[in-house]
Amino acid sequence: MKYLDEFRDPEIAKQILSEIHKTVTKPWVIMEICGGQTHSIIRNGLDQVLPKEIELVHGPGCPVCVTPLEIIDKAIAIAGKPNVIFTSFGDMLRVPGSKKDLFMVKSEGSDVRTVYSPLEALTIAKANPDKEVVFFAVGFETTAPGNAMAIHQAAMEGIKNFSELVSHVLVPPAMEALLSSPENRVQGYLAAGHVCTIMGWEEYDPIAEKYKVPIIPTGFEPVDILEGILLVVKQLEEGRHEVENQYLRSVKREGNPVAQNLISEIYEVTDRKWRGIGEIPMSGFVIREKYKLFDAEDKFSVGDIHADEPELCISGVILQGLKKPHECPAFGKECTPTTPLGATMVSSEGACAAYYKYQRMGK
Amino acid sequence: MDHKTIQLAHGAGGQLSNDLIDTLFLPRFANKTLEAMEDQAVLDFPENRLSFSTDTFVVDPIFFPGGNIGELAINGTVNDVAMCGANPLFLSVAFILEEGFPMEDLHQILISMEIAAKRASVTIVTGDTKVVNKGSCDKIFINTTGIGVLDHDLNISAGNLQVGDKIIVSGTLADHGMAVMTSREGLSFQSRVKSDTASLNGLINTMLKVSKNIHALRDPTRGGAATTLNEFARSSNVGISLIEENIPVKPDVKGACEILGIDPLYVANEGKLIAVVSDEDSLNILAAMTNHPLGKDAVIIGEVVSNHPGMVTMKTGLGANRIVDMPVGEQLPRIC
Amino acid sequence: MCLGIPGKVINIFDENGLKMGNIDYAGTVNKACLEYVSDIQVGQYTVVHAGFGISIIDEDEAMKTYETWEEFVSASAEEGLDIFGNPLEDKN
Repeated sequence: MKYLDEFRDPEIAKQILSEIHKTVTKPWVIMEICGGQTHSIIRNGLDQVLPKEIELVHGPGCPVCVTPLEIIDKAIAIAGKPNVIFTSFGDMLRVPGSKKDLFMVKSEGSDVRTVYSPLEALTIAKANPDKEVVFFAVGFETTAPGNAMAIHQAAMEGIKNFSELVSHVLVPPAMEALLSSPENRVQGYLAAGHVCTIMGWEEYDPIAEKYKVPIIPTGFEPVDILEGILLVVKQLEEGRHEVENQYLRSVKREGNPVAQNLISEIYEVTDRKWRGIGEIPMSGFVIREKYKLFDAEDKFSVGDIHADEPELCISGVILQGLKKPHECPAFGKECTPTTPLGATMVSSEGACAAYYKYQRMGK
Repeated sequence: MDHKTIQLAHGAGGQLSNDLIDTLFLPRFANKTLEAMEDQAVLDFPENRLSFSTDTFVVDPIFFPGGNIGELAINGTVNDVAMCGANPLFLSVAFILEEGFPMEDLHQILISMEIAAKRASVTIVTGDTKVVNKGSCDKIFINTTGIGVLDHDLNISAGNLQVGDKIIVSGTLADHGMAVMTSREGLSFQSRVKSDTASLNGLINTMLKVSKNIHALRDPTRGGAATTLNEFARSSNVGISLIEENIPVKPDVKGACEILGIDPLYVANEGKLIAVVSDEDSLNILAAMTNHPLGKDAVIIGEVVSNHPGMVTMKTGLGANRIVDMPVGEQLPRIC
Repeated sequence: MCLGIPGKVINIFDENGLKMGNIDYAGTVNKACLEYVSDIQVGQYTVVHAGFGISIIDEDEAMKTYETWEEFVSASAEEGLDIFGNPLEDKN
């Protein structure tokens, strides 16, 4: 596939890898923000071939991992109501809530459907005018334009039986929250290439400056990720801390202004809870007053649902790179991929699920 | 989380399916034949050795690019019977039809079944039809059961892998699963990915003519090649090491997998087999396969190793090894 | 997060007032909304996330990244260096 295969070329990847080996002289801790990058790192085994000086910490950039328990419980409560068709990206169906996951709700007779695009949820709403169709609008800045478009279209076409359960989160405030933690170990960031495709990278300049960390908007293929790591390592070794764009074929400095405009037409910034991390100020989106008609939390009065995360689960500490999964007392005992306590065990590239596999291999 | 009710994943061929079989079914019905956990039962009689297998088909949609539920029901059971080296002879067919199901669709499905049975040289010798209330089943479900005969000297089993054996796959992976997934409602594909549904008994005959040193055979249906290989590794308590760049996937199938974030190794096939064969005969068997129309893309994708027993690993383009685990449940389109 | 896959726009049409296109991914064709890449032309590539084109691929930049590294690969091959080899193993 054009613009995919070239950036998976093992010969080129090995060349960049050898540059990284030549450049690194000291241990460095680098975080890739995005779950998609983590997926690519694990899938291609990039972590196994990097110099031992480089420690990769898998960041919180995966909606499966950071959507708070109480939002999952709200989703489950809404999906369980009569006359509701609950639609979601496939990612969220196996994420455990307090008592069950969306798959279990489906098996109890509720209409839970996987969609690939938020516009498909809208199509379902049009085809089922006597039902309430709810779309689980999770994700980061990349997914927000699509989810905003679904509401915009619903408003344009006067579709009243459509609403969104919104749990949108924003990357830069989470990066700052991690960096300002006294226990922070991360010295350089691979920023999420598709988030930057939408938002651009101007908002990272002050973060790089304030915390003296290199930030590299990076793509998702092995060549991209290795080049991103090379750019971070070069800056660290030279004592620089700048925003430097690796993902030039998709990311522009200003991002995608059309998308940004529609996002801010539909959503406004709000405080958000992150699973395992806690509340981060101004780190998410909520539907604006003007479009409240499309807010499933209001429509189904689930605002009162609160849930605490299982005490046994330390996924938040793990997401911040402060502890390794096997240091958790529940690891491999109460918590396994088929009986996950926390999201880091659900997502196939979640730190705990990955460790679980490798432990079985005796590593 | 303990499951109080049956989940779809219990039927997806992954970890939960195995748990269900191990904890509920096997303890009730335990016997030596069943415990072998093969796709078919091999039954020894004084005169004959029989292969016996059953399967139920509930695919949605019932018509998909490259086939329909009917030919799938014939090919699927023929393949299960044949994967021990048997020659499939007779099938039973049982239909569960939903009230209101279009006669024209049934007719079309039956024509496909007739053609598929002829191609596989099997005879449908008994059958049953039930009609249930609208909503009690989804359009049409088909069960087929098959019987075949096999030579007394054959011993093809998931438990027979030897260190050094080569792993051959008979062609490109993930065609069927992606054909079905991309024709599902709600995914808006205008795709041309076609199912690979086919009966493989002819291909197996061709292979057995070249060599009897075929240690294991299985068609990687639900759960895909990754599941079959994990089952092999566990049954034989050996490791399996794959080479990523050798895994054959058609470009358009790969495209569909990329868009939906799905790994082709976990996607169902309905006309492919995985053979584990002795190292010394591997090239001869491969050559015979590539001369057969259903094996023209056959390729060696890895080998049996002594380290990491019970596990499957894959060497990536960069020389790293990643674990190819058993899937937990059905693969879902993802955005992350 | 954010799986985004590059595909080629093969036609552009209107659906309920939205600019849509059929996108070809190595032979598999799927529909995407092109409102956020409204300048895109048939034949150009877009990165698609969850059914939305989010950027027009800058083909010059893509070629530059690729060609720069490819030159490195050929250069090391000419010098007889084994890129599988020594620099990697020395440090590990």
